[in-house]
Amino acid sequence: MNVVFWILAVITVFGGLTAVTLKNTVHCALALTVAFAGLALLFLQLDAQFAGFAQILVYIGAVAILVVFAILLTRGSETPSEGVFSHTWFSGLLIAAAVFAVLAWAVLNSTAALPHVSSAPTVSVQQIGSALMGRYVLPLEIVALLLTAAMLGAVMVALHEKGEQK
Amino acid sequence: MANTADQIFVLLKHWIVSIFPAAIQPYLGVLLSVVAIIAVFPGLFALTTVIERKGLGRMQNRIGPNRTGPYGILQPIADGIKSLTKEDIVPTSADAVVHFIAPLVLVVAVFMGFAVLPMGRNMQLVDMDAGLLFFFAIGASTELSIFMAGWSSRNKYSLLGAMRAVAQMISYEVPLLMSSVAIVMITGSLSLVKIVDAQNQYTWGLPHWYIFTPWGCAAFVMFCIAATAETNRSPFDLPEGESELVAGYFTEYSGFKFALFFLGEYLGMFSISGLGATLFLGGWSAPLQVLNFVPSWIWFFAKVMLSIVVLIWIRGTLPRLRQDQLMNFAWKFVLPMTLLNLLVAAIWRFMGDGILRWIVCSAILIGVYVVVGTIEMRRKKIGPRTYRYAE
Amino acid sequence: MTPLAGYLLVAALLFAIGLAGALTRRNAILVLIGIELMLNAANLNLVAFWRYGPHPELLTGMMFAIFSIAVAAAEAAVGLGLVIAIYRHVRTTDLDEINRMKG
Repeated sequence: MNVVFWILAVITVFGGLTAVTLKNTVHCALALTVAFAGLALLFLQLDAQFAGFAQILVYIGAVAILVVFAILLTRGSETPSEGVFSHTWFSGLLIAAAVFAVLAWAVLNSTAALPHVSSAPTVSVQQIGSALMGRYVLPLEIVALLLTAAMLGAVMVALHEKGEQK
Repeated sequence: MANTADQIFVLLKHWIVSIFPAAIQPYLGVLLSVVAIIAVFPGLFALTTVIERKGLGRMQNRIGPNRTGPYGILQPIADGIKSLTKEDIVPTSADAVVHFIAPLVLVVAVFMGFAVLPMGRNMQLVDMDAGLLFFFAIGASTELSIFMAGWSSRNKYSLLGAMRAVAQMISYEVPLLMSSVAIVMITGSLSLVKIVDAQNQYTWGLPHWYIFTPWGCAAFVMFCIAATAETNRSPFDLPEGESELVAGYFTEYSGFKFALFFLGEYLGMFSISGLGATLFLGGWSAPLQVLNFVPSWIWFFAKVMLSIVVLIWIRGTLPRLRQDQLMNFAWKFVLPMTLLNLLVAAIWRFMGDGILRWIVCSAILIGVYVVVGTIEMRRKKIGPRTYRYAE
Repeated sequence: MTPLAGYLLVAALLFAIGLAGALTRRNAILVLIGIELMLNAANLNLVAFWRYGPHPELLTGMMFAIFSIAVAAAEAAVGLGLVIAIYRHVRTTDLDEINRMKG
């Protein structure tokens, strides 16, 4: 197995782990950005150039900034009084461990059935463009509608209403 | 002879690489190109600081620095010595790790943007199929480093400056992308090399640069506005407004880290000027066909330096925009105009060759701009200046 | 272990970490961070299968991943808007305290 893959996998998993365990919320958001960057590099390692750059542009360039702004607007950077984990943390951890165990068992046991083809499909950006306008035009239009609705909804939900106490 | 001068750096690189064994040749080639970029652009940065200070000085009716060397040309060396030897102060309550890595992330992200710019014929570092998308993705990563700088300083003014800067950058990112999408649509490729190749044709001696088409000219204006806002330059420099926020998000930085932020900002200016030159001004192609004997990399750097001079000129001339005026401008004027521009570019493409498409496209763009402009000016009661004198 | 199994294991691990974060943290924004990690793990799965699987359709996996990225961005925006709106009402983002339906 590739050395580069292991390094990127360690970076991504480390980013994910620190994102859910740190006390300071802004540090968690920055660790999440590291996880996103690791994932984008994993996509590039998988020869999915467009998906990798879209991941950087959308997740690091927009979602991470959204998370950070939300943390700042809700005073999340002050450490809470009773610790950061909820009182049901043990059962949550148990469920997550069980999910990982089942998934890992499924992956490792079906290695024989998984395909071994390793030639990279060469997909050019032009093909993606033609497919988006040809075969996938309905999902494209629906996603456009969804993004418009989400934008309007987010603005309306987070709007300061007149007369509301600050 | 002309071809040798044009390709001199490429030939030099091949000659150096061929000396070494075949196993490390590809890595050595890439390393040489990277070293060349890291050497050239900070050198240009040093030159630009002198040009800016002298230029701004002259525009403000004063002489700029003139003590270090003839006409102050050795000023960057003095600045460099100063920033390297200043004490590096980190506030006690600052978040040390984030405070340290913020300038590093900025400089790394900005340097990566230079990898896809074609600086001459065959002189790009990587010819990516999705080069333009890579450039914009890397540009989007710089915003997070500005936030990190502002937040880790634990300083109200820094945080305020950082929030303003991030809000401004994400507002102007959409018009920046949309004005480039018109170019991509007409060229049919996201690769910057193909975009330059498409502009490298001449009709009656005049080039096919996209700025000489109606939709290209409008897109270039939008791109310039959005690029000035993306790099936090005047008139959009409220985040580092020296009269208001001390120095904005890099208030608490001193010495070498401040120099890194400064370097990152100017390199961002270079890379976005380079992108503007590639998309709209034909990259490394000459303005007239008779001038093709001049090497291509000279044309590229000439266009970039011209853009830098125009940016400095704008800084010395226009007053600063307020935060809400800035965001209003982005969302309510520039973005709808870029969408209209996309429509006009599509009309251009489907009307076929001829004088009719020039007339129709120019008429649509100028008509809408004049109508919107007069309506807005009438609403805000903008007119000729009236003077009130003291009694 | 084939390369595909390696990628699937990393995706499963990331999914489990995201799930643990979403189930154990108090702050509502950290729950959203966990959800984003889970979505990213699913994307990694999709792209890994696109790369290493048989290719009757050249583009399906990548298209699916791109649409998933777009939808996740929209969902993050709305979710964070909701968290901000709730914070304005009850002045806290602690999920253990927002456990009553009565406003």
